[in-house]
Amino acid sequence: MEEQPHFRVPLSLLLFLSLFLLPTSFSSTHDLQILNAERRIDLTSHIIKVYLTLKVENLGTSPASEVHLAFSPAEAEHLAIVKAAATSGKRKKKTYIPLDVKSAELPDGPNGTKFFTVTLLTSLNKGETATLEVLYILTHSLEPFPVEITQSESQLVYFRDSAILLSPYHVKEQTTFIKTPSTRVESFTVVDPAKRAGTELKYGPYEDQPPYSYSPVLVHFENNNPFAVVEELEREIEISHWGNVQVTERYRLVHAGARHKGAFSRVEYQTRPDATGVSSFKHLLAKLPPKVHSVYYRDEIGNVSTSNLRTDYRKSELEFQPRYPLFGGWKSTFVIGYGLPLQDFLFESPDGRRYLNFTFGCPLTQTVVDKLILKVVLPEGSKDPTAVIPFQVDQHLEIKYSYLDVIGRTVVVLEKSNVVPEHNVPFQVYYTFNPIFMLAEPLMLSIAIFLFFVASVSYLHADLSIRK
Amino acid sequence: MAASSKPGSPRPPPSSSSSMAQDLFNNFSFSKTLKLKTKQQELLIRVTVLTLIYILAFITRLFSVLRYESMIHEFDPYFNYRTTLYLTKNGFAEFWNWFDSESWYPLGRIIGGTLYPGLMLTAAALYWVLRFLRFAVHIREVCVLTAPFFASNTTLVAYFFGKEIWDSGAGIVAAALIAICPGYISRSVAGSYDNEGVAIFALLLTFYLFVKAVNTGSLAWALASAFGYFYMVSAWGGYVFIINLVPLYVLVLLVTGRYSLRLYVAYNCMYVVGMLLAMQIRFVGFQHVQSGEHMAAMGVFFLLQVFFFLDWVRHLLSDAKLFEAFLRITVTGAVSVGAIALGVGTASGYISPWTGRFYSLLDPTYAKDHIPIIASVSEHQPTAWSSFMFDFHILLILFPAGLYFCFKRLSDATIFIVMYGLTSMYFAGVMVRLILVATPAVCLISAIAVSATVKNLTRLVRSQSQAVQSGSSKGASTAKSSSKGVIDNSQPFQRNGAILLLLGAFYLLTRYAIHCTWVTSEAYSSPSIVLAARGAHGNRVIFDDYREAYFWLRQNTPPDAKVMSWWDYGYQITAMGNRTVIVDNNTWNNTHIATVGRAMSSYEDEAYEIMRSLDVDYVLVVFGGVTGYSSDDINKFLWMVRIGGGVFPVIKEPDYLVNGEYRVDKGAAPKMLNCLMYKLSYYRFGELTTEYGKPPGFDRARGVEIGNKDIKLEYLEEAFTTQNWIVRIYKVKPPKNRW
Repeated sequence: MEEQPHFRVPLSLLLFLSLFLLPTSFSSTHDLQILNAERRIDLTSHIIKVYLTLKVENLGTSPASEVHLAFSPAEAEHLAIVKAAATSGKRKKKTYIPLDVKSAELPDGPNGTKFFTVTLLTSLNKGETATLEVLYILTHSLEPFPVEITQSESQLVYFRDSAILLSPYHVKEQTTFIKTPSTRVESFTVVDPAKRAGTELKYGPYEDQPPYSYSPVLVHFENNNPFAVVEELEREIEISHWGNVQVTERYRLVHAGARHKGAFSRVEYQTRPDATGVSSFKHLLAKLPPKVHSVYYRDEIGNVSTSNLRTDYRKSELEFQPRYPLFGGWKSTFVIGYGLPLQDFLFESPDGRRYLNFTFGCPLTQTVVDKLILKVVLPEGSKDPTAVIPFQVDQHLEIKYSYLDVIGRTVVVLEKSNVVPEHNVPFQVYYTFNPIFMLAEPLMLSIAIFLFFVASVSYLHADLSIRK
Repeated sequence: MAASSKPGSPRPPPSSSSSMAQDLFNNFSFSKTLKLKTKQQELLIRVTVLTLIYILAFITRLFSVLRYESMIHEFDPYFNYRTTLYLTKNGFAEFWNWFDSESWYPLGRIIGGTLYPGLMLTAAALYWVLRFLRFAVHIREVCVLTAPFFASNTTLVAYFFGKEIWDSGAGIVAAALIAICPGYISRSVAGSYDNEGVAIFALLLTFYLFVKAVNTGSLAWALASAFGYFYMVSAWGGYVFIINLVPLYVLVLLVTGRYSLRLYVAYNCMYVVGMLLAMQIRFVGFQHVQSGEHMAAMGVFFLLQVFFFLDWVRHLLSDAKLFEAFLRITVTGAVSVGAIALGVGTASGYISPWTGRFYSLLDPTYAKDHIPIIASVSEHQPTAWSSFMFDFHILLILFPAGLYFCFKRLSDATIFIVMYGLTSMYFAGVMVRLILVATPAVCLISAIAVSATVKNLTRLVRSQSQAVQSGSSKGASTAKSSSKGVIDNSQPFQRNGAILLLLGAFYLLTRYAIHCTWVTSEAYSSPSIVLAARGAHGNRVIFDDYREAYFWLRQNTPPDAKVMSWWDYGYQITAMGNRTVIVDNNTWNNTHIATVGRAMSSYEDEAYEIMRSLDVDYVLVVFGGVTGYSSDDINKFLWMVRIGGGVFPVIKEPDYLVNGEYRVDKGAAPKMLNCLMYKLSYYRFGELTTEYGKPPGFDRARGVEIGNKDIKLEYLEEAFTTQNWIVRIYKVKPPKNRW
């Protein structure tokens, strides 16, 4: 990692260090330029997806292998994921090769600007161009306005961004398209040329923008999609070598859209479902692995009877309703649990260790998870756990006592904030396990029963009476 | 010494069951002797049957878990669950000193001093033991299964009790009968986490140990029964029944001339130790020496001392005449001293008079006239014949038969069970919920009838078919029935008749088993939180509105919000909704409840004043007009009026009635149509069509079109209504700005 320490050190030393640590960034910052930038911002749900296509050219003399992406502080705070891919070919023959993206720091960025570095597959020599496709996802970036709405109103939100791409490079030509969920757009900042057609707003094309140009825009539009946010999700994956993987997911769900104001009228909600409570939601969909069994859905006060499970050989879908429809600001907590066959998720690696291969992230579709705590409970007696995850997470170990545990089970805890459906990628937890430990619990039970019998026998044979 | 059919002959020194168990073990361990002796066979069968009964008693109570889910039922169990949860989280000291500010706002409630902690401590102890043994169970599961577990234990006690008063055959039949008796199941299904669940076990155990103590005169058994009594006191207010029945029993024995030293030892030890132990329960405290309900026990205690003293004097005095004179003086003196002490104690207020609940037991009409809050509870109503039949089925017929057998073979033990049966039967007739107390007695007495009849009949059958085999029964009954058999031998068709009667008995018992299973699955397994109905296509429709509303309260209202509702829902709101309530099922403060009743029956502006003064944020009402759910607040409303009017004469019941009739349609009284309860129940209901072919605003619970469809709320607003409208929650608006 080329992260800079945050101490105050003399500038010269800093430069010197950067020379040392970041041998390539030195040259690339000013010598690259972006020939064409096209941004497509998808605002149809509360998870904002931005597709950025950059055509980069190297003007300098030295070869450049890294391209920097800049994000404003507001964006950086809500940034869930940044992915980049190199494209080659045209139209239908386009191929995507995923590229490595790392967070970085540049010395000359304006206050608070956060950078990400995309490492190219091959360095760009002088005059060469490369096309990059970048996808980044923002959460919590739609601000409801008005902040409180009644049951009959629909939800309006603000979206703030810049008409001009924030970039450390000179941008020759750029366009931004913003897609809104409906045609109802209350207002938008006009930065000429800008126009609106149907559900699409177009900013640009703008030409020859110097580095770090910024032109704030504000779009006020209607978005009635469910703003389902899981404030905290705790997933516990418990491995039993007797053939089962038990998953328990504890959700704390909130409707993060405009807060509900005034009365909730059941009559209106029941009789005119299209006109009232349009931004509320009552269904949620969880995509579970196939061959799921013993699914349950409950909360602190008992079972919730409104759920529906559809299974086929490729996936399982659990459609469920919280106890009540969620209006803006309303919360709900619940637990979903299910069992899975062990052989689909637990494998043996060539070196004799075992590993669990499971999906990271939240099984609910279209939801943001503010804080995800993933616990992998290994069987009692497992050793040396290591987790392999394609992105940065906080890790630590815990001990958990479950049925008939003596020394406790090792729990690998992974924590990540701001998780979006794009984080649903496989991860692995490796550990060593001696199958002898599988027999510990049955043996313990047998011994206990045996001892009980021995005690009964000895009691019956002993004469405890005082009188003879 | 007074005559006793079973004098204090020493029991066989090693307890019979253990020696039999030893035999049993020998048989299992040495497989060479696979052929069992008759006695061993009998023991094997008995142990197997008892084990099966034990398991049966547990699993028949799991219908509710299968039909619904593992959840706490009804009203009071939610309080018990909440306190148990608190106990397991915070430990005993915190629990004992808990001041609960979440109920009876703004008064609060001292939980430790106003509850019977036996149930919670039992469940918590079970939980801690299981946790210690590394069974990672949730406290809810423990609470749900506590009642079935104790029901299973009750069958064992019933077996030993039956064995003590009659013989082991009667014990087994009693165990089997009580295992599935609906009268007991109604209070002990899985999830019915209430005091009665463990209390019936404790009650029967105390009685059994006491009878055992009387039979043996052993200090150990008496002490054990004192501890049984202590457990009972810690678990349920019904212990008053024990502390009155036992002295009554002693008194009867004294009067019938059955006084013995065994009785003296048993009662004194049980009473003194039991009383001292019972005083450790804060809720009971000094009631044993201060309350009128406990004075009978104390009186009998002193009477027993006088008796003992007289016995001693008679032993010393040889002159019968002198003794007679002495007796007269002592008895007169003792009685007058007792009467004076009681009179002075009552007059000075040291001894409290009987409570209303106690009065209402002795006089069934008392509550109706004086304490509407007791009368308003459905389980406090006098029992209908149908519910006797429902809960006891054939036991109702077997009960008198059993009494006949008991009287035929009178002993200290059978006198006890007869008295227990008769008194509890009376109480069962006074209050529906006391059927529960009568159930063990009815089962035991019926078991005697069944066992004795079947035994006699089988003996007849067998005596003819082959050479008479000597049974393992007691000498007296064997002699009696064999002599009968000799007489009956002369009658023709006697054997066929016996077989027919046996088949009849078998048929009756089968019907009983079928009835019990049916009642358990259909009537007593509903948690009453979740309602189930049959849909149009025969499918099962679940109405989970209560939990929907409580969970909404829990998640979407401020944590310190105060909820006003009728007291029925108080425990549930605090346990499931986790919010402060104004009144709850504890009903300790009648004025507070009356204030809520007054608010519900006033006009909205008057009610608003009351609600402001009580700091109410939300009002919760239960409404069944959409689903046809009949136990809703509109149907309970007259009780609110009555209880409110009992304290606040502003509320007058006739204002809500038309010609003495309670109506909600157009012909209803104007005050009814505009009171808060009516408004909250029917707010915007007039816009809804509930049933095809009926006008909008048709109330399905009462089958009428409502009278006031244009309801405007000024001081409240609808905050939440559940899917089927069963629970409606309103928010009290803050006061308007004055400018």
